Amino acid sequence: MKTEYDLIVIGGGPAGLAAATAAYDQGLRDILIVERDRFLGGILNQCIHTGFGLQEFREELTGPEYAQRFVDKTLEDGIPFLLDTMVLAVRPDRTIVAISPKLGRLELHAKAIVLSMGCRERTRAAIMVPGTRPAGVMTAGTAQRYMNVEGYLPGHNVVILGSGDVGLIMARRFTLEGARVNAVLEIMPYSTGLTRNIVQCLDDYGIPLLLNHTVTSVHGGKRVTGVSIAQVDDYRRPVPGTEREIACDTLITSVGLVPENELSKTAGVQLDPITGGAVVNQRLQTSVPGVFACGNVLQVHDLVDNVSEESQRAGRSAALYVQDKLPQTLRSIRVVPASGIRYVVPQCVDVTEQTETIKLFMRPSDVFKGASVELRTDSREEPLAKFRRSRLTPGEMVVLTVQGTVFAAVEADILVGVKVL
Amino acid sequence: MTEQRGGGQMLDVVIIGAGVVGCATARELSRYCLNVTVCERAAEVGQGGATKANTGIVHAGYDPMPGTLMARLNVRGNAMYDQLTADLGVHMERHGTLVVAFSPFERAHLEELLARGQANGVPGLRILDHRELMELEPNLSPEADSALFAATGGAIEPYELTLALAENAALNGVEFLFEHPVRSVKPISGGWRVEAGERLLETRFVVNAAGLFADDISRMAGAGGFHIRPRLGQYLLLEDRADYDVQRPLFQVPTPMGKGIVVSRTPDGNIIAGPTADDAQDKDDLATTADGLARVLTGARKSIPRLDTRQLVAEFTGARAVIAEQGDFLVEQGAAGFFNAAGIKSPGLTAAPAIAEELVLLLKGAGLDTTSNPAFIPTNTHVPLFRECSPEQQKRMIVEDPRYGRIVCRCETVTEGDIVRAIHRPTGARTVDGLKFRTRAGMGRCQGGFCGPRVLEILCRELGLDPLSVTKCGAGSEILAGRLRPEGENDA
Repeated sequence: MKTEYDLIVIGGGPAGLAAATAAYDQGLRDILIVERDRFLGGILNQCIHTGFGLQEFREELTGPEYAQRFVDKTLEDGIPFLLDTMVLAVRPDRTIVAISPKLGRLELHAKAIVLSMGCRERTRAAIMVPGTRPAGVMTAGTAQRYMNVEGYLPGHNVVILGSGDVGLIMARRFTLEGARVNAVLEIMPYSTGLTRNIVQCLDDYGIPLLLNHTVTSVHGGKRVTGVSIAQVDDYRRPVPGTEREIACDTLITSVGLVPENELSKTAGVQLDPITGGAVVNQRLQTSVPGVFACGNVLQVHDLVDNVSEESQRAGRSAALYVQDKLPQTLRSIRVVPASGIRYVVPQCVDVTEQTETIKLFMRPSDVFKGASVELRTDSREEPLAKFRRSRLTPGEMVVLTVQGTVFAAVEADILVGVKVL
Repeated sequence: MTEQRGGGQMLDVVIIGAGVVGCATARELSRYCLNVTVCERAAEVGQGGATKANTGIVHAGYDPMPGTLMARLNVRGNAMYDQLTADLGVHMERHGTLVVAFSPFERAHLEELLARGQANGVPGLRILDHRELMELEPNLSPEADSALFAATGGAIEPYELTLALAENAALNGVEFLFEHPVRSVKPISGGWRVEAGERLLETRFVVNAAGLFADDISRMAGAGGFHIRPRLGQYLLLEDRADYDVQRPLFQVPTPMGKGIVVSRTPDGNIIAGPTADDAQDKDDLATTADGLARVLTGARKSIPRLDTRQLVAEFTGARAVIAEQGDFLVEQGAAGFFNAAGIKSPGLTAAPAIAEELVLLLKGAGLDTTSNPAFIPTNTHVPLFRECSPEQQKRMIVEDPRYGRIVCRCETVTEGDIVRAIHRPTGARTVDGLKFRTRAGMGRCQGGFCGPRVLEILCRELGLDPLSVTKCGAGSEILAGRLRPEGENDA
């Protein structure tokens, strides 16, 4: 088989398919998608609930339906893809090492690479939930796969730790299959999930959301028999006297998603310690020439619609890179999170002759009501730009559309911070 | 060892417990023409107790008091490890161990350990000053003053060794019964009757290697005489990273506050920190606690300040079998034809091959016929895991068996070929945990989140199991609770 490509896209989930099809639309033809699973579409295949595509297609689709739109486009364009093929390493010279049962061990080279490997779930162990280690403890995503893809029920009597979106969705899913969901516990004073999911998945089914609560111990030798829970104080420490036990046979965790950047590391890509993803500019270029990153491997998104948009930009940029049509960079402006903001992606903006309008993605570090997000340089008194928001919460990503002239007008770093009104 | 075992046949030896001591003894006995059966209450080799969860250190032998059985068996066991690991294809990292002193005052303790080690006949002991120490372990706290270096110390994966011992024993004819808890041990004419699960075994000799439960078994046999208390040790397991990596086990000089926390590097490349040492009552409660894990972390950071909890992979508790009445190992004939190997706490892993030798000597003394087994094969056919192979080997493996081209566990690069192999080897995997400890599938940072469903599917296919009957670690630990579609409609 051929070993040289213009563009190799690693991952055939929503990010990879959007990047590949956008590169195609930009005129690139020599593209290969490498997917480790037996199907294209990635994690969306197990997300059988609705709520996808409101932005991208102005329709409410299920995960598989949303994925299918991009799979269809990939097939129409005739973009080649490998299934059941796992990339083991990406080298800085854009050689990838992959294995597959059919093709054996492959070494392929590309002029450009898009990293779109997605993310994984943080585990119980990563957040040090004490107790025993019985069967019946699993992440929300694993439970979702067992139920929606494999067709099995992982437990009858459930407690959910963490109010991330997958956990909220699974609270409803377990309930619909006849299991009892005792409570969803959230250690923070606010949910990290989308408001619409709290309403549609918990409130509508009478499932209590216990904020400022955590699991202090898991019980059971072979299978979970219960969990101890407690209220926590401002420092997230259990408050003595508030501990109580809930009998259950299953503990589902939904305690955060982590970009899967093992391959980015082998490629030598510089990572942002806060996002866990690559450091990129507005074209989704990483620190390694010709290597682009997009989707949940870059930053964990709330909405797949944003993944698609970001990945299309990455695909277009990768195509322009291969075609040597990217505009020349005059200088780079760093975009730095300031008070109230945890991170901003892209981490830098390349100013060109005609800097385009730029979308800045960011997460607030706390809940703010009646606030504005402001862009300023150290030297200026007046903000460069100001965006009013009635409510900011860490569970919902903030997207700001900023005119290119804002960046073209400055020389120094731009700080992005929250100002409470 | 090819003859059939009939229902009423008199066995030569029944070993109770398939931990490291039981399996080492089984393998040692398989050198002779004997009928040997091992009974284990857990579902897999090395999953029932102390073997599963310990620091995995090959101790040099400077710690036990001179003249004790522990001192002798530790030093002897250590010397046996090169041959043993070579024969069994088990990975050992013998780069020495260090006991770190954090003040000139603590240095006095190193001198004491050095003298004790020399009295025990431990070779290669030396005290290192601060500079030499920091060269060996650059991530060590600058507060470290000096250390005792023991060249013969090392690190090993305890379950890997135990699995290899069991496999070799099975290869040489030993029978293993899993999920066969021993309910009674009664003297009969010329031997013992052991009731294990639904089986009634008659045997001339019994070896009690039941770890935490050795006192219960001894009492069943009427030998009695000692009590075992679990001493719980909590551990943290982390992914390694350059700024807190260590090259060898790092002990601390004990203080009035405790024995100190060890930081070590496992042969599989994780950083392990622990254990606490808390005496407990319940032998089956292996819970970690917030307080215990915090103590491990604080203690470990005394040696390696940069340990980063964001890199945590797992936390777990191991239980050491401590005989309340004595500090030494108990290796003895408890009753005629009934032998105890009890109170095998640290350095039990190191001593295990020597304990096995000792038990065989005792058995011989009691009349066991030790005619050599001419068919004995000391080595296991070593089949390397895919990730351990060179690119050229990997290419060949996939051509010969395409299942080696399918990654099941992404975190640890475990292929379907590796998993199928681990199921079909002698004493092969039957459970999700069994596969995890053999291949590392599910042992990485995502803790089986991705590979769990795939592993379950392969177990079902290879063993003809119903998905609802697949367990994490034996009956009662089923992974799934019900079907959402009628049976037979689940094929993707």
